[in-house]
Amino acid sequence: MSRFRPLVELGGPALLVVGAGLMATVVSRSTQIYVLQAIVAVAMVVAIYVFVGNSGVLSFGQISFVAAGAFAAGVMTVPLVLKGAILRDLFPILRDHELGNVASLVLAAGVGGVLAALVGLPLMRLSGLAAGIATFAVLEITNNLLREWTAIGPGATTLSLVPQTTGPGQATVGVLLVIAVAYAYQRSRFGRRLRATREDPAAAQAVGISIHRQRLGAFVLSGALCGFAGGLYVHMLGSISTGQVYLELTFLTLAMLVVGGMTSLWGAVVGALSVSALDSFLAEAERGALPNGSRLVVVGALMALILVLRPSGITGGKELRL
Amino acid sequence: MPLAVVDAQTLVDAVALGAVYALMAVGIGLVFGVLRLVNFAYGQLVMAGAYTLAFTSHLHPAVSIVACFAVVIALSTAIDLAVFRPLRGQSPAVMLVTTFALAFLLQAVARIVDVRDGTIGEPVRVVGQLNRAVGIGGVNVRQVTILAIVLGIVVLGLLALLLGRTTIGLHMRAAAGDFRTARLLGVRSNRVIGFAVFLSALLAALVAIVLTVRKPLVTPAYGLQETIVVLVGVVVGGLDRLWTATLGGFAIGFATGVINGVLPTDKTIFLPTAVFALVILVLLLRPGGLFVPRDAATVERV
Repeated sequence: MSRFRPLVELGGPALLVVGAGLMATVVSRSTQIYVLQAIVAVAMVVAIYVFVGNSGVLSFGQISFVAAGAFAAGVMTVPLVLKGAILRDLFPILRDHELGNVASLVLAAGVGGVLAALVGLPLMRLSGLAAGIATFAVLEITNNLLREWTAIGPGATTLSLVPQTTGPGQATVGVLLVIAVAYAYQRSRFGRRLRATREDPAAAQAVGISIHRQRLGAFVLSGALCGFAGGLYVHMLGSISTGQVYLELTFLTLAMLVVGGMTSLWGAVVGALSVSALDSFLAEAERGALPNGSRLVVVGALMALILVLRPSGITGGKELRL
Repeated sequence: MPLAVVDAQTLVDAVALGAVYALMAVGIGLVFGVLRLVNFAYGQLVMAGAYTLAFTSHLHPAVSIVACFAVVIALSTAIDLAVFRPLRGQSPAVMLVTTFALAFLLQAVARIVDVRDGTIGEPVRVVGQLNRAVGIGGVNVRQVTILAIVLGIVVLGLLALLLGRTTIGLHMRAAAGDFRTARLLGVRSNRVIGFAVFLSALLAALVAIVLTVRKPLVTPAYGLQETIVVLVGVVVGGLDRLWTATLGGFAIGFATGVINGVLPTDKTIFLPTAVFALVILVLLLRPGGLFVPRDAATVERV
């Protein structure tokens, strides 16, 4: 049945996402927000998976590219008539131009990719703990700059009045695009080379694979997809502040990837959807009986539990098989 | 930007902050030595200790401090048994993510416990009298500053004695050097690891006491910022050896103290960017650590 394998491996995740998209069109407005959030979370987690899953190198920094994409798309789509008033300190080129919805998503992906290339060029020489700390430093730097530098964004205030164009349609199409790119990459020779370096770095180098080059390629692709996911995110929320794309989102998306299974696309999608479902269920419950904050307790405990009992995640880190 | 001359006051405060960070660095470094595990959740041990001090503020200070030690040691032992032990042998990245999850978990639990009374944050009053200042040679020094410096020197001295002159210390050094060979030669792993975890908990409790004098309002995020800074310090200093990690922790605390003392607040808004950019630079140039002798650096590079 190996002829059908790509069909299953790509079709399974796609079907789940389309199912969620259809669900978003029939449920009530308050539930729809949760479903949309889950779909956008799939985009982020798959984007992170492209680097972390394929290379096996941990990165705490991918949310910086989500943040950069979100603010780029957000700042450029605030209507011109309002932008002069609320974002006075912007560089003129940012202040005096306005982009449409699709163009802003392309820009978000571009910004994410370029940033990842700049950061990755030196950083991809590191591995293990040093890589973990260095990518964490990238997250801190991005957050600090976005918070304080009012020439590139809203600074410490919330950026609002962003057109809310990410409905069920845009969310589903956007995520399907991300999944397709991620799958195409992991089936390509570049993806296979990177996976070889993950399994056995010495053997991979011995057959002539440059670890640095392969990791950098995946890092840039992941950065671009992260930026794109950030664009989808800001167009779903309509407003964004730096705190929303910082430590907690890093924690949640990593938890989703780990819970689902770090080494497969199927794991990334299943993890994002299941943790999102649990998360929104608990968020609803917090408004009723449960104390505020139970959400993070349960997700944190689940993540720790999975890491201790089943480090390969609920899918075992394998692609879907029939 | 005109640099003001660093005065004695700033220097003393910076040394005290460095001493506190050095203690945390030792706590993180000890566990890393025997487990190869970077404990991101170390700050939450400090947070637990600080909350214990806050909730026992109405009792006698001695009782309160004993309770603080008891809670931190109990929590640390529980984490070792429930989380660290099953994780042994996993890759450093998996262990780091686990402690990351643990940090968020403990923080969320603390929030639930804290907001029962309707407000976030609990004040600590037990050791507040240590905030009083004494004059030494024209410099006003708070008692807690002296305490921090003395504590740092005494604890590091005792630790050096313990590691250098006792059997358990020898075992710990052997385990940090090469765990498998140490076990083959009869070092009992559970005992060594348990002892390292116990020592790091003791240090966390001490840090909780000193920190709550400086920052009396305890919140769920208590200790998180310090942990991030100290983690950066120990990795930059060199995590493979205890003394380079400690020196890294001290250096970053001292530098933070001096910079915050000298620069006005509006000049320090981009300080995190500068610091973390420097961190990346050090990691790229000396991945083994800044204070590790050049010829001895075991470079982790691909």
